[in-house]
Amino acid sequence: MNKLKKIKFKNILIHSILIFICILSLIPFLWLLSTALKGRSENIFAYPPVFIPKNFTFENFREVLKLVPIVKYVLNSFIVASSTVILNVILSALAAYPLARMNFKGKKIVFFAILATIMVPFQTIMLPVYIITLKLHLVDSYSALAGYLGLIMPFCVNAFGIFLVRQAFLTIPKEIEESAVIDGCNSFQIFFKLLLPMIKPTLALLAIFTFIGSWGEFLWPSIVLTDEKLFTLPVGINNLSSAFSADYRLVAAGSIVSIIPIVLFFLLLQKYFIQGQTEGAVKG
Amino acid sequence: MDWKKNLGAYLFLIPAFVVLLVFFFVPFFQTVYLSFFDYSKDIYNPSFVLFNNYMELIKSPLFIKTILNTFYFLILCVPFLVIFPLFLAILINQNIKCKNIYKIIIYLPVIISIVVVAIAFKWLYAPEGLLNFFIQELNFKPLGFLTDPKIAMISTAIVTIFKGVGYYMMIYLSALMSVPKELYEAAEVDGAVGFKKHMLVTVPHIMPMIALVSTISSISALKVFVEIYVMTRGGPLDSTKTIVYYIYEKAFENLDLGLASAGAVVLLFIVMGFSIINIFVFERDKYKI
Repeated sequence: MNKLKKIKFKNILIHSILIFICILSLIPFLWLLSTALKGRSENIFAYPPVFIPKNFTFENFREVLKLVPIVKYVLNSFIVASSTVILNVILSALAAYPLARMNFKGKKIVFFAILATIMVPFQTIMLPVYIITLKLHLVDSYSALAGYLGLIMPFCVNAFGIFLVRQAFLTIPKEIEESAVIDGCNSFQIFFKLLLPMIKPTLALLAIFTFIGSWGEFLWPSIVLTDEKLFTLPVGINNLSSAFSADYRLVAAGSIVSIIPIVLFFLLLQKYFIQGQTEGAVKG
Repeated sequence: MDWKKNLGAYLFLIPAFVVLLVFFFVPFFQTVYLSFFDYSKDIYNPSFVLFNNYMELIKSPLFIKTILNTFYFLILCVPFLVIFPLFLAILINQNIKCKNIYKIIIYLPVIISIVVVAIAFKWLYAPEGLLNFFIQELNFKPLGFLTDPKIAMISTAIVTIFKGVGYYMMIYLSALMSVPKELYEAAEVDGAVGFKKHMLVTVPHIMPMIALVSTISSISALKVFVEIYVMTRGGPLDSTKTIVYYIYEKAFENLDLGLASAGAVVLLFIVMGFSIINIFVFERDKYKI
């Protein structure tokens, strides 16, 4: 009986700590939401602070959507993030296959060259990347398509993706491939028809984490973008926060709208995040 | 036959190789190249000055300050990001209900853009904001979270910690799954319970993962930028100006390309130290070197 009580007490303690941490994780966003729902007549600096708005209203959301093209930002972010995902999956899978499965001249050099890219943070090369992007005319002053490409191309493949897929290829037994060779399949058939379908879970993982990363990216878009029509969400919301800093109701409403798509995406695919498969997707 | 086999491999590699060449290898060498030129007098006619930019950086009190600031930021974030998520992971890994709900909520800040997180905290940190209300309730003077040079960096580090905890917790959770149950049973037989049990069994067993989290979180601390850009712009009195912020400012605001590149090379050397340890010691299996 005593032991049972002890376990019960321990469980209550664990739950209380975790609930407290969950509240802390949510408070910044809930406080934004509360501010966004407060009407013009309500003082958002009231002392003591009011958590549940007295004049509950959606007016701020209507206004911010009217003043700022947030829907357009969402669309831009979606175009950029999904293109980045598609290119990452294709290019990583293609590059990973020979690194995992073939012997060719210069394999070691290629391997270490790709590995070396992990050591170099984007922040240290962003200036030349910008100069090259300008020289290639991949900026929004030429056309919308050029602007999108400028946002996508520098991030359309990276070493993390290549090594993640390579690892998945390495777990497939060689015998499967050998029997396909005996059946007369060439490298391309083996790759597309046999191996690629077998590593679908890894590709899904790569796609999801690339999407989240691209969706939240701020530094690069803030450097290359000049045309508001092409603003992605983080750039647009940052812009909004400085433009309307005098009225935090609108900043809060805009921020809340901006996180809805990604939160839905997360909740729909949550099993990929919380099953503990994240290990392979660790990024430095 | 041999060349045919090689050609096949190269065909697969070419698309990724071209992208990495244009957007990685060329810029990498260009960074080093630009760091030897002086753009400050005439941006269209840079002059070759060899190591002058580096000398200028060493002599610049502002650059030295940004390096110190960056390491201060690192020291504020990293210990917390290494220890606290492990603690949470151990708690969630117990035999309790609603595990997944806890995981989802604690992971939530990870998926939300850092820009929005920083905006949310800017609002909490406001002079008449929510946090200052609680501080006044506790009979303390209101704090200038983002306006007091003494605490602005701490306020920024809190945002980074807030956004990182869920991420590292998930890494630890996947590591905890690999700890054999028998080890705990053996420790219990020896009389170790609760906290002591974890210090004796869990921590040694997942030491490689703890080391990995230390280096990953250090590297991302060295690269910190967005939180600062959104919340303080490096101020007040340069107290939150970090290396990346310095590079950004020199490159895109002062158009001093040479100095910015020299700063970038310095950052590169600092980060590379951590990365090499990471790749060749902690992540050997992942890369199968």
